[in-house]
Amino acid sequence: MFENLSEKLQRAFKNLRGQGTITEENMQEALREIRVALLEADVNLNVVKELIEHIREKALGQEVLTALSPTEQVVKIVHDELVALLGKDTARFNFAPRPPTVILMAGLQGSGKTTTTGKLAAWLQKGGRRPMLVSVDVYRPAAREQLKVVANSIKAKIYEGDTKGEPAGTPLVERLAKEARREAVNSGCDTLIVDTAGRLHVDGELMDEMAKLKTLLAPQEILFVADAMTGQDAVRSADEFHKRLALTGVVLTKMDGDARGGAALSIRHVTGQPIKFIGTGEKPDAFEAFHPDRIVSRILGMGDIMTLIEKAEETLDKKKSEEFARKALSGDGFSLEDFRDQLRQIRKLGSLQNIMKMLPSVGPFQGMQQMADQVDEGQFSRVEAIINSMTPKERNNHEIISGSRRKRIANGSGTSVQEVNQLLRQYAQMRKMFKGVGKGGMLQRRAMGMLSGMKGMGR
Amino acid sequence: MIQTLFGSLKEAEEPPKQGFFDRMKQAVSRTRESLEDRIEGVLSMTRAVDEDALEELEMSLIASDLGVNTAGEIIGNLRERAKRQQIENGAELKTLLKEQLKNILDEQQRPPRAVATVPEVIMMVGVNGTGKTTTSGKLCAHFREQGKSVMLCAADTFRAAAIEQLEVWSERSGVEMIKSKQGADPSAVLFDALQASKARGRDYLIVDTAGRLHTKSGLMDELDKMRRTTQRIIPDAPHEVLLVMDATTGQNGLQQARLFTEAAGVTGIVLTKLDGTAKGGIAIAIARELKLPVRYIGVGEKIDDLLPFNSDAFVDSLLGA
Ligand SMILES: Nc1nc2c(ncn2[C@@H]2O[C@H](COP(=O)(O)OP(=O)(O)OP(=O)(O)O)[C@@H](O)[C@H]2O)c(=O)[nH]1
Ligand SMILES: Nc1nc2c(ncn2[C@@H]2O[C@H](COP(=O)(O)OP(=O)(O)OP(=O)(O)O)[C@@H](O)[C@H]2O)c(=O)[nH]1
Ligand SMILES: [Mg+2]
Ligand SMILES: [Mg+2]
Repeated sequence: MFENLSEKLQRAFKNLRGQGTITEENMQEALREIRVALLEADVNLNVVKELIEHIREKALGQEVLTALSPTEQVVKIVHDELVALLGKDTARFNFAPRPPTVILMAGLQGSGKTTTTGKLAAWLQKGGRRPMLVSVDVYRPAAREQLKVVANSIKAKIYEGDTKGEPAGTPLVERLAKEARREAVNSGCDTLIVDTAGRLHVDGELMDEMAKLKTLLAPQEILFVADAMTGQDAVRSADEFHKRLALTGVVLTKMDGDARGGAALSIRHVTGQPIKFIGTGEKPDAFEAFHPDRIVSRILGMGDIMTLIEKAEETLDKKKSEEFARKALSGDGFSLEDFRDQLRQIRKLGSLQNIMKMLPSVGPFQGMQQMADQVDEGQFSRVEAIINSMTPKERNNHEIISGSRRKRIANGSGTSVQEVNQLLRQYAQMRKMFKGVGKGGMLQRRAMGMLSGMKGMGR
Repeated sequence: MIQTLFGSLKEAEEPPKQGFFDRMKQAVSRTRESLEDRIEGVLSMTRAVDEDALEELEMSLIASDLGVNTAGEIIGNLRERAKRQQIENGAELKTLLKEQLKNILDEQQRPPRAVATVPEVIMMVGVNGTGKTTTSGKLCAHFREQGKSVMLCAADTFRAAAIEQLEVWSERSGVEMIKSKQGADPSAVLFDALQASKARGRDYLIVDTAGRLHTKSGLMDELDKMRRTTQRIIPDAPHEVLLVMDATTGQNGLQQARLFTEAAGVTGIVLTKLDGTAKGGIAIAIARELKLPVRYIGVGEKIDDLLPFNSDAFVDSLLGA
């Protein structure tokens, strides 16, 4: 799909004279490519303009670093510039010296406020706090019901209140908020999270309501919940919310998709407030601290290897993986049973597409990101089905799988004999290849180098 | 901009309600620093059509989320035509640009698939939080106003209180809804709704599905399964698969449209939340690259805040009339 910035820059510097160094002339072309990369990632046009100015100054003023190619130098400048814009702050949270701490959720319609309210509560609970939730969204159908279901699913307290037939409007909103605050104190909760109705930044009446809520509750945190898929308009909504409310932080939701997330830069630029968390799914635990360097890599299309490594460490059974590696590299080789185990482990990481997309598109994984869109996820399921249809004996001794057995396996797994043949052929090849590596082949050294290189990338 | 949107509204068959006009006027008049101003600025400054003017126009299109490629191509064409037709001033250039944008959109407009036997099945799909449920409710009212009979299917069995939310819309529009429990198989409730709407001879069945990111293949397979379930009971259905997209969506919208079309056979776009300051330029990129028409636009949270798409009004609001 998108070319990443490195590839674009490589092209820019290749096409021009004076390859070895950064000159005013070839920098012009490089800057155009940087601009396109940022715009494709949804960074706001005006923010891009400013960034480009900074980058130009830095690049031209730079001493020639002979260790780095011009592309590498410029990529580094861009990377550092974006990280600097996003700042180093992560999930530092303001708590009130005397409870309850009040957190006010704000944002456009459908950005993820209610879901994030639940996630935040779960996060606080994990940190030993006692949050209470309240929804003052008296406007959207079943909005308050939604938060109730969310609260129950994480066993968090919720103040439901009673609308007592009072019409939807700011007075009702204020009453519910006030009651919830009292209830939080009475029931010994130390944090109150207030979920509000989605509203447009141009809706004067509802923006007034937000301001009133702020006055009433004097919240320690006012979080702007924004969708990572937002385009150029992100600056306007964020700007307006910030002007009215003085936001204290941002939560960027739906980061589990493939949006580049350039809105992060735009929002940070206009509000000056840190992005504190990201949402990575619909479930209450799909919530993470924000890491500027990771999203910068993502915006520039350079993969998100740190997230991948962290995820792998979290999900994969390390013992099993080591056992597999030992077997695979030893003279015995790994069995189809071992192979299936590994397959299941990998699938726990998420879809193969997503895994491939997290790989950096330069270096040893070159081309993998582009391939991701063509990956047939069903293939995984079929391979597993085929192995499932084998007897344990067959799994541990693939040589006994004769023609008639192959037919049975194909029937049992709803696949074809050709597919069974193909799997067995690939398995035999892999097994042999791994054994070769075990004897100290080229591949192993490369793999080791790659791994240590990856580790070096973290901090 | 208001004028054109109003003009097109007046041309529409049903006269919209008073409250709606007020709301639109309120919303739109607060829109500051619109693309209109930018373009006006550019065009009034330039007597002659020069490279600077074109570049500035290109930037303006990008600022409306058309994307670098689409904006680049449109401006490229404009440059050619400006040369060929010896365009002299900004006003003419703008007319040309408008024509081009309108063409991209109009080329994709085609009548919805013919319906052999009722019900006409309309499936609402899209990423999370775009407005599928709200638009389902608005569509019920829209068809009821045309004297049609409608049934709703609550096929979002995943999100908290999604069924309750749709239920409110079913009450508001006076439309019967088929539902099951949270956590149930969406294809199962869809099966029931298809049977029921067929047996009762309803004109429309509107199916609200759960929001899902296009990158999640498991969830996309679920949509495919729902399509197959539909086809088993009504062979030429679903007749419309509407991808509901938020007007604030950036360049990711293209990938959404691409993958939802692959998995669910999207036939058209609904662009929601156009009552904000985002102008939904991504719809032009989608029309150009994926050949999908825009069918409706959402302009608020009320039941009658839905309009059939009109490329004239849309482009006017994008460029400033
Ligand atoms: N994939 C994904 N979906 C999310 C995430 N956060 C929220 N959602 C989904 O986005 C949709 C909207 O979320 P809500 O929490 O209802 O959003 P809201 O801002 O409260 O919406 P309104 O109250 O209607 O303005 C739901 O389908 C959520 O499940 C996330 O991080 N990833
Ligand atoms: N301003 C405005 N808000 C809208 C419009 N359409 C929908 N909304 C609001 O957007 C939010 C999300 O709408 P829903 O209908 O719940 O969206 P959905 O796609 O069903 O969400 P999920 O099922 O969670 O994926 C709600 O707060 C709606 O009131 C519109 O045209 N304009
Ligand atoms: Mg909500
Ligand atoms: Mg919904």
